[in-house]
Amino acid sequence: MRGYLTTTLALLRNTWRGLTSMRTALVLLFLLALAALPGALIPQRSLNQSEVDRYFREYPTLAPILDKLGAFEVFSSVWFASIYVLLFISLIGCLLPRCYEYYKQWRAKPVRTPRNLSRMPHHESATLHASVDEVMAAARKRLRGWRMVEREEADGARSISAERGFLREIGNLVFHFALVGLLVGVAGGKLYGYEGQVIVIADGSEFCNSGTYNYDSFRAGLTVDGTQLSPFCLRVNDFDVQYQPNGQVEAFRVDMQYQAGDDLETGTWRPYLLQVNHPLRIAGDRIYLTGNGYAPRFTVTFPDGQQRTGLIQWQPVSPQTMLSQGATKFDPPGVQDEVQRRQNQIAVTGLFAPTATFDGAVLSSGFPDLLDPAVAVDVLRGDLGLDSGRGQSIFGVDQSMVDQGRLKRVARENLRIGQEIRLDDGTTVRFDGVERWANLQVSHDPFQPWVLGFAIAVIVGIGTSLAIKRRRVWVRAVPHPESDGSGSVRTVVEVGGLARTDQAGYGEEFTRLAADLLGTGVDHSSPEARATAGPARERKS
Amino acid sequence: MSVNQTLSTYSDMAYATSVVIYIAAMLLYFGEFAYGRTGTAARKRESVLVSAGGGESTEQPVVGRIETPQKRPLSERLGGMAVAMTVLGVLVHGASLLLRGFATGRVPWGNMYEFGSAICLAAVIAWLVVLFRQLRAGRRDATPTQLRGLGGFLMLPVVLLLFLSGTVLYAQAGPLIPALQSYWIVIHVSAAIVASGVLLFAGVASVLYLLRARYENNPLKMAKFGSRLPTSQALDRMAYRATVIIFPVWTFAIIAGAIWAEAAWGRFWGWDPKETCSFVAWVVYAAYLHARATAGWRGVRAAWINIFGLAVMIFNLFFINIVVAGLHSYAGL
Ligand code: HEM
Repeated sequence: MRGYLTTTLALLRNTWRGLTSMRTALVLLFLLALAALPGALIPQRSLNQSEVDRYFREYPTLAPILDKLGAFEVFSSVWFASIYVLLFISLIGCLLPRCYEYYKQWRAKPVRTPRNLSRMPHHESATLHASVDEVMAAARKRLRGWRMVEREEADGARSISAERGFLREIGNLVFHFALVGLLVGVAGGKLYGYEGQVIVIADGSEFCNSGTYNYDSFRAGLTVDGTQLSPFCLRVNDFDVQYQPNGQVEAFRVDMQYQAGDDLETGTWRPYLLQVNHPLRIAGDRIYLTGNGYAPRFTVTFPDGQQRTGLIQWQPVSPQTMLSQGATKFDPPGVQDEVQRRQNQIAVTGLFAPTATFDGAVLSSGFPDLLDPAVAVDVLRGDLGLDSGRGQSIFGVDQSMVDQGRLKRVARENLRIGQEIRLDDGTTVRFDGVERWANLQVSHDPFQPWVLGFAIAVIVGIGTSLAIKRRRVWVRAVPHPESDGSGSVRTVVEVGGLARTDQAGYGEEFTRLAADLLGTGVDHSSPEARATAGPARERKS
Repeated sequence: MSVNQTLSTYSDMAYATSVVIYIAAMLLYFGEFAYGRTGTAARKRESVLVSAGGGESTEQPVVGRIETPQKRPLSERLGGMAVAMTVLGVLVHGASLLLRGFATGRVPWGNMYEFGSAICLAAVIAWLVVLFRQLRAGRRDATPTQLRGLGGFLMLPVVLLLFLSGTVLYAQAGPLIPALQSYWIVIHVSAAIVASGVLLFAGVASVLYLLRARYENNPLKMAKFGSRLPTSQALDRMAYRATVIIFPVWTFAIIAGAIWAEAAWGRFWGWDPKETCSFVAWVVYAAYLHARATAGWRGVRAAWINIFGLAVMIFNLFFINIVVAGLHSYAGL
């Protein structure tokens, strides 16, 4: 029993040691890089579902296998998560002992001067016309800012051990801890954040963040149930797009108003010009412009003279020309009888072109801006299937209704603004005009400031760590054996140096320092002084 | 924002000229590399110079130096010309970018063509900085001839990239698409450019390190080629220093990109292909720095990691921008 326990403990200890070793960290880093690569190469569901669908069509055998492996959701897959979780466990397991280690080093005095300084990677010596005291005083002055201890040695010799660059390790620790913070901050955002998309027509329409049902799509963080959204309202008055002659967009501008906080009570609206790169930040949420398009306006006049106007977004099918498709749907007004109502619903569906070009009777768009709008529409009458309980796209009609013959095409025509179609029963469908719509994204992430803070700490930490060298210098002054009696005091001074980090560039610093200490600065290229200053061999091991 | 066509035409001409100059420089570098004396012979001459005079740097006139006017051999003159051509190329290339900037009234890195061009400029400048610093430091592990030997191998990818940018990726001068109209393009993209350029140099140094290390392990292998390169230690140090200096810049570029993405795309990180690939490259370089601190991984293995990092960077620049549809695809491609 006891033996069993000891073995288990030993196993645990060895696993922990293995996990927190530098080599494991290296391997895990490498695995992380490799595991992330498919995320860039294989389409990802969270980014582009239609690309994923295309992949399934193009590689019908491969795609399901990849799907099983989670290749279309790399960044939420179990294997990706296990790599980074292991890496971060390793990281923490590595950091804690290093903090303690560092604390001990920081408390300790710089190490004793080695007996044989000429064994150091950097070494120079000279005989000076000065006393040991003078040499020591000068050295102390030159080494100001270094951590220093002075020690007495045998035979009247004295030495200084000096050390510098402790900040390097602090930078390194800050960097690694900030990585942990970054991960925690990102995870917090996934728990407490939300993101919603909504299309608002730019004719003074409003949107209020009062519930998830107001959105076209909504992605809630794991703890968000949609009841506690930040309260605010938006109103989109106008949408202005500027195009270059080649059709490239020069600027999008959404003229909008918002209310949040007290303004909601008092009904005050504040203006904002929403642009790409300039989100509106209110009530802890951010509002972005992420898309745009056109909404044609149709008016249907029923045989009894009643009118209904429909204005709903159509979907751009070509971002270059903004040719759009969609379906505007109407219920006959004042019809109580369900059956009758379902025989007379109307859908206007087809294509919209902001700048019409016709190839025969086929409509296409020549330019994305609203220069010469036209629609090519089918008018369908019958049962739209809106009551069937099945969801349907707002951009099209339920094809199964057409297939069952319950929804029939009664007209097909190209219309310009003001033109109308007259149906057999006297109903008219008029194309009245166009509005633009803006796709707005509302994002909420209470952890974002934390993530930013840790990101800055990452940069500061890594910068400090890589810019600062940890290095040691020793100076030893020994009275020259022939110096007494003759009147002139002489001292043999030796300087040794060691860079403790894998960091090039210490050689130059040491050369300068030694030149100052040995008084060879004037002619520091003199053969003897250079003789022992090895080539810049900074590597410790 | 209208485009000044005259300036943009001059910019294109300067671009083409700089490519020609770089090709000339590359050939001259290779000329010196092929016909230069091997390291040992050159080193002998260097040491003669050192003991004859100050030695730290040859530019520093030392009183009393007895100089036998020794005509520099042809190969060294080729090397000198190569460096001069490189400097000239940088000037013309820089002018091409500046003119683009003036023609369009914006930073000259708004599309793939301009981005590729700027990265190459950064790489060549990084090379010149290293070269002049190394020459001045007067290290003993590389003669000037050996140092210049790197030049051709750096110019080769640069010329290739410039050629690709100037043909396949070329885009007419024009204003920026709205998503790029932000001061972050100055901060984020310039950091990415500088980092990519310097990492290109580091990668080339690591490739040469591997070749030289092979030669040092067995001097019979690639004897001619290997002996003309600086020592493996010098190459390793150059690659490492370049990476160490630029890693924080690359980190900064990614973080600045995230800050920009927060304003432009509605989230600071979304695993867009470009973001993913930059992250992968970053992790690979982090692995490189770790490898340098891990026993048994310094040297050859670390060099391979560095090369892999460069491969990911290049893949990120071309494949991701061109083939994979993401938010990052530049206008005019
Ligand atoms: C989240 C993944 C990690 C990343 C991105 C990362 C990144 C880095 C980078 C860029 C450096 C070089 C900067 C410097 O020297 O200060 C570094 C150094 C270092 N890392 Fe990490 N690291 C990670 C995880 C780890 C882990 C798990 C360990 C422990 C096994 C570790 C231990 C070290 C040590 C000891 C150094 C100092 C090396 C030296 O003295 O040059 N790191 N790390």
